[in-house]
Amino acid sequence: MTENKYKTKPLDCWNEAKQLRKDYYDNFARAQEKGGIRWAGGAWSFSAVPAGLGDDVYSLTGEPYGATVAFNKEFAEKCHEAAEAKGYARDLCAYMRNYWGSIILNKYAWGGEWPKPDFLWTTHICCSHAKWYQVASELEGNIPYFCVDVSVGPYNERSERKLNYMVSQMMDGIEWMEKVTGRKYDDEKLIQAVYNECRTTSLWAEICTLNKTIPTPLDEKTMYSLYVLGTLMKHRKECADFYEKLRDEVKDRVANKIAAVGNEKFRVMTDTQPPWAFLELWRYLQNYGVVSIGSLYTFGLIGIFEVKEDGIWGPRTPPQEQGIEIESREQALKILAEWTLSRPEWQHFYSPELKSDMMKRIVKEWHVDGVMLHYNRGCEGLSMGIAENKLALKEAGIPIMHFEGNMGDEREFDLERTKVEIDAFLEILGAK
Amino acid sequence: MEQRLFEKFHEWYENRHQYAKEWKERTGGKVLGYFCTYAPEEIIYAAGVLPVRILGSHEAQSFTEPHIFAMFCPLCRDCLAQGLQGRYDYLNGIMIAQCCLHMRQAFTSWQKHIPQEYSYYLYMPHGIQTPRAYPYLRGELEDFKKSLEEWTGKKITNQDLDHAIAVYNENRRLMKQVYDFRKAKNPKLTGLEAMEMVVSSQMTDKEEHNQALKKLLKELPGRKLSRKTGTRLMVLGSEDDDVEFLKMVESLDATFVIEDHCTGSRYFWNEVIPQEDRLGAIAARYIDRPACPSKDWPKRTRLPHILKLAKDYNVEGTILIQQKFCDPHELDIPAIRSSLETNGIPTYFLEFDVTVPVGQFKTRVEAFLETFQLPTDLF
Ligand code: SF4
Ligand code: SF4
Repeated sequence: MTENKYKTKPLDCWNEAKQLRKDYYDNFARAQEKGGIRWAGGAWSFSAVPAGLGDDVYSLTGEPYGATVAFNKEFAEKCHEAAEAKGYARDLCAYMRNYWGSIILNKYAWGGEWPKPDFLWTTHICCSHAKWYQVASELEGNIPYFCVDVSVGPYNERSERKLNYMVSQMMDGIEWMEKVTGRKYDDEKLIQAVYNECRTTSLWAEICTLNKTIPTPLDEKTMYSLYVLGTLMKHRKECADFYEKLRDEVKDRVANKIAAVGNEKFRVMTDTQPPWAFLELWRYLQNYGVVSIGSLYTFGLIGIFEVKEDGIWGPRTPPQEQGIEIESREQALKILAEWTLSRPEWQHFYSPELKSDMMKRIVKEWHVDGVMLHYNRGCEGLSMGIAENKLALKEAGIPIMHFEGNMGDEREFDLERTKVEIDAFLEILGAK
Repeated sequence: MEQRLFEKFHEWYENRHQYAKEWKERTGGKVLGYFCTYAPEEIIYAAGVLPVRILGSHEAQSFTEPHIFAMFCPLCRDCLAQGLQGRYDYLNGIMIAQCCLHMRQAFTSWQKHIPQEYSYYLYMPHGIQTPRAYPYLRGELEDFKKSLEEWTGKKITNQDLDHAIAVYNENRRLMKQVYDFRKAKNPKLTGLEAMEMVVSSQMTDKEEHNQALKKLLKELPGRKLSRKTGTRLMVLGSEDDDVEFLKMVESLDATFVIEDHCTGSRYFWNEVIPQEDRLGAIAARYIDRPACPSKDWPKRTRLPHILKLAKDYNVEGTILIQQKFCDPHELDIPAIRSSLETNGIPTYFLEFDVTVPVGQFKTRVEAFLETFQLPTDLF
């Protein structure tokens, strides 16, 4: 264990984050008791849209749910077996199999029976997205299902036509939601949800940029528990409010040089989702003064960034802060579509180079000494192009390592072997 | 004598690179490699450019290891390997019509590491069941057309498009006529011959291919195959142009009478329905074609299509093949399997890699075929 150079302390708002997450899952399970509505879909779905159905509408996003299952190795294994017994291949998205497994076993990771949603609402960019909910709908007795295709290309190639394609699908989606729920849609609620979502995702980006500081005020392992709120309810006011509070606290840590890890000596970043059942690896790194400041994944899955005047990455300015007032359904959806297309974690779906460039930017601006790429067998979406990213980082002279694993299926992770690989990397960094 | 009818297609299939090189020399035209059969070939052809499909060669290789993580399908790695080995060095450019994540990596790595004068990523929608896809794709095709015009320096006129549509539609119609001969009690062609016919059409000038098809259609009615038809099989699943596999199965008292593959019927099943707005018509053709699994949602349109094929071609059993790690098909196979079996069509599942263990598969397929030959007099 290396010596502590910096003072450190736990986050004051930690328990609040924990409570928000717990409430989210409880509210979903109990929504119908109070006559509310529940829907499920991907973490990247346009969650602001169903918000127009009322304040008693609760969601369950599939990926963080799949990760929750992954923490519980035993339950995850049962889920995988259940999905395999239905004929689904074991190399499919591990979150998806955790989710299907829960339906098949009729078991909710948070206790009790599987809370069947009233409808499914998602977006499609990874090949698994739309199929995930197609199968889920079938497993749940053909519950109504709508999916918006967002695979229109990277942000730097956006056009009116692409936006219209997305917006018109969402317009259709709203009419469909009215039909399947029998409720009248409230545009005002949609508009507020869009403001919230832009605020949430910009604030998360701001929080991430505070990690450029040495010592880093947040380490990646802590961030996993915080960014998750954005994946659950980015469109909700309580999420945006919480991130504002967190931003202020992290700013305070920066001002007072409060470190996430007192012995910070080397700064690394990772890539793709971690093997959730093995987060002890992050602690292992810390024994050697190595701290992960985050990753494109923790930053850009939810955070929306933009290049600022000085050429560096900062939080994208939300429309409301630019003086834009949203006045109609169509305008709200267009702003939402345009905003979402700039999501960093959507760019590599079209070109690994866009991702390599963002990674190199993080290395530079966040003062990163080395990159640890998780070749994640559990997620074809985020592992797409990862070998090219590795080549590009190597070419740029950045120390790298890669380790193979699976975010949600522990059968595909070898802890001891990974530790040996990490040791070799620590030696390259000079940390061991 | 019977083999000779398909000899031309076999030659083209085997000597695809030589064909393209000769075509280039002969016409002075450009050749564009494409990665997925959603490529709107009519527009490429109208530009005077020869579209050729990039496919693998089914040889073990390690070239792609630094470029594509091994959890992605063998086919996409095999395709990229062709490029890295210089086998497609005659290509003037490459394009992709957006398909699965796997194949897109072959394209982007090719773009980065293999020099070419032109490359284009067409944002083919995945949401082909929404009516919103028609105007969207039409617009994307307009951009693609412009880009081709800039590249070739040639304006693509309505006449050019009409001609290309006519040639392509004729090709589809002729191949469908050939396929009708697979419906017969004793099909006039094998599954292997059908595959080579279809895949060769993806690599040759369609006008020339049409000539060969017309000649074939004249002679086909009189053809008598000396082989036994045996069990009538359908083959479904991931892309498959594995000659060794098809040959092996058809040597076992069985015939592939139909398939739902992009190296087979799915490629040519529907035509462009001509309308004044040519690009709109082309967009509609690609949106309405029999779907690839990655685009088949929220409804499963593939199920009724496959069941209809099974009925029309009098299928007795189905072999479902899946390229290792091929998520799109992995996501469809359980539903297809159950739908076929509920409808009384037995299925058998096989997982493919770049090369297939033919010997091992043989034993397994034999066992499957035996189930069709149980002595019925016991019941
Ligand atoms: S493979 Fe990855 S990107 Fe695709 S649905 Fe699963 S978690 Fe999401
Ligand atoms: S559809 Fe399947 S076989 Fe075809 S390229 Fe994609 S993953 Fe590979």
